[in-house]
Amino acid sequence: MIYLELFLSFFQIGLFSFGGGYAALPLIEQELIHAQGWITNQQFIDILTLSEMTPGPIAINAATFSGNQIAGIAGGIIATIGVTLPSVIIVQILAYFYFKYQNLTIVQGVVQGLRPAVVALIASAGLTIFLTAMFGHSDWPVDIANINLVSIVFFSVAIFLMRKYKASPIQVMLITGVAGGIIYSFI
Amino acid sequence: MEKKELYTTLFRSTFFLSMFTFGGGYVIVPLMEKKFVKELGWINEDEMLNLIAVGQSAPGPIAVNTSLLVGYRMAGVPGALVTVLGTILPPLVIMTVLAYIYMAVRDNAIVNNVLLGMQAGVAAIIVNVVYNMGKRIVQQKKVVPMIVMVAALVAGIVFQVNILWLLLVSALIGALTTLIEIVGKKDKGDAK
Repeated sequence: MIYLELFLSFFQIGLFSFGGGYAALPLIEQELIHAQGWITNQQFIDILTLSEMTPGPIAINAATFSGNQIAGIAGGIIATIGVTLPSVIIVQILAYFYFKYQNLTIVQGVVQGLRPAVVALIASAGLTIFLTAMFGHSDWPVDIANINLVSIVFFSVAIFLMRKYKASPIQVMLITGVAGGIIYSFI
Repeated sequence: MEKKELYTTLFRSTFFLSMFTFGGGYVIVPLMEKKFVKELGWINEDEMLNLIAVGQSAPGPIAVNTSLLVGYRMAGVPGALVTVLGTILPPLVIMTVLAYIYMAVRDNAIVNNVLLGMQAGVAAIIVNVVYNMGKRIVQQKKVVPMIVMVAALVAGIVFQVNILWLLLVSALIGALTTLIEIVGKKDKGDAK
């Protein structure tokens, strides 16, 4: 039953993504690419690309998009409900305790403890994305001779623009998209 | 205020914020604060900051969590459902349409070139996010978070340990350090 599997996968992603949008990335990678084999590395990056350029939370965007790819419009709706439901339940429980005791010290301590692990996990998903962008795949080891030189240049320019001129993600996407459309069409 | 009017305003506010805000939770939340604290005056500043803190303590998208809390605060469970719906409806519709356009044009040569260029951009955005988050952990100058970060990195990348285990262990470490801090403060208080 594909709808049930979709629901459960995205429920799990919603339940364990602590710390906002990017925290969902490693879970999406583990669950959708490796465990279920529903999407490829390439599609994973495309989802992220589209999410950066559209409004709304990235986890919701990813759920709607992959749900649609896997099982049509109903799949998109079910995946989106699945990823949202844990929030709806847990936030109301936390809100209840918060309004009752005005104190969430332990919960906030747990979230603080999660933060360094979440950074490491996003770094791990980031490595997959970086390798795929540079080599077309993320299997280890990579052959340095196969590196995409245009990609390396784009990557370096993007980092420079963000660090030096505080370019926003959407500006980076527009610049690399237009440059890619032109340069790759002529080489 | 009439119930129907309250629900309509809740829905309309969250729908438009989600519809026209790029960049996810960290951008939407300050705008939400502006809307409900300054423009509508429904929630005072301190309470809003507390709601945001609660929203960030729960899993899931921060924008969804915060709008849910605002809805809950204003009109209980039905209010929460209204604001969640307002927040997820725009991305749901936009991404559904995009998914179909994507499937139709993904193999087009120019589309492929544009996406290939954007891949490098996305990689740069993620590396930048990781750098900023990692820097914040290092700047705390605390030993435990740094050890957790390095250990999780090695366990995740080299040993491919399941993410759920990594999260569980680091959550336990977080709970323990918090408990030790609380007990430590109490002891100091008693000594006085």
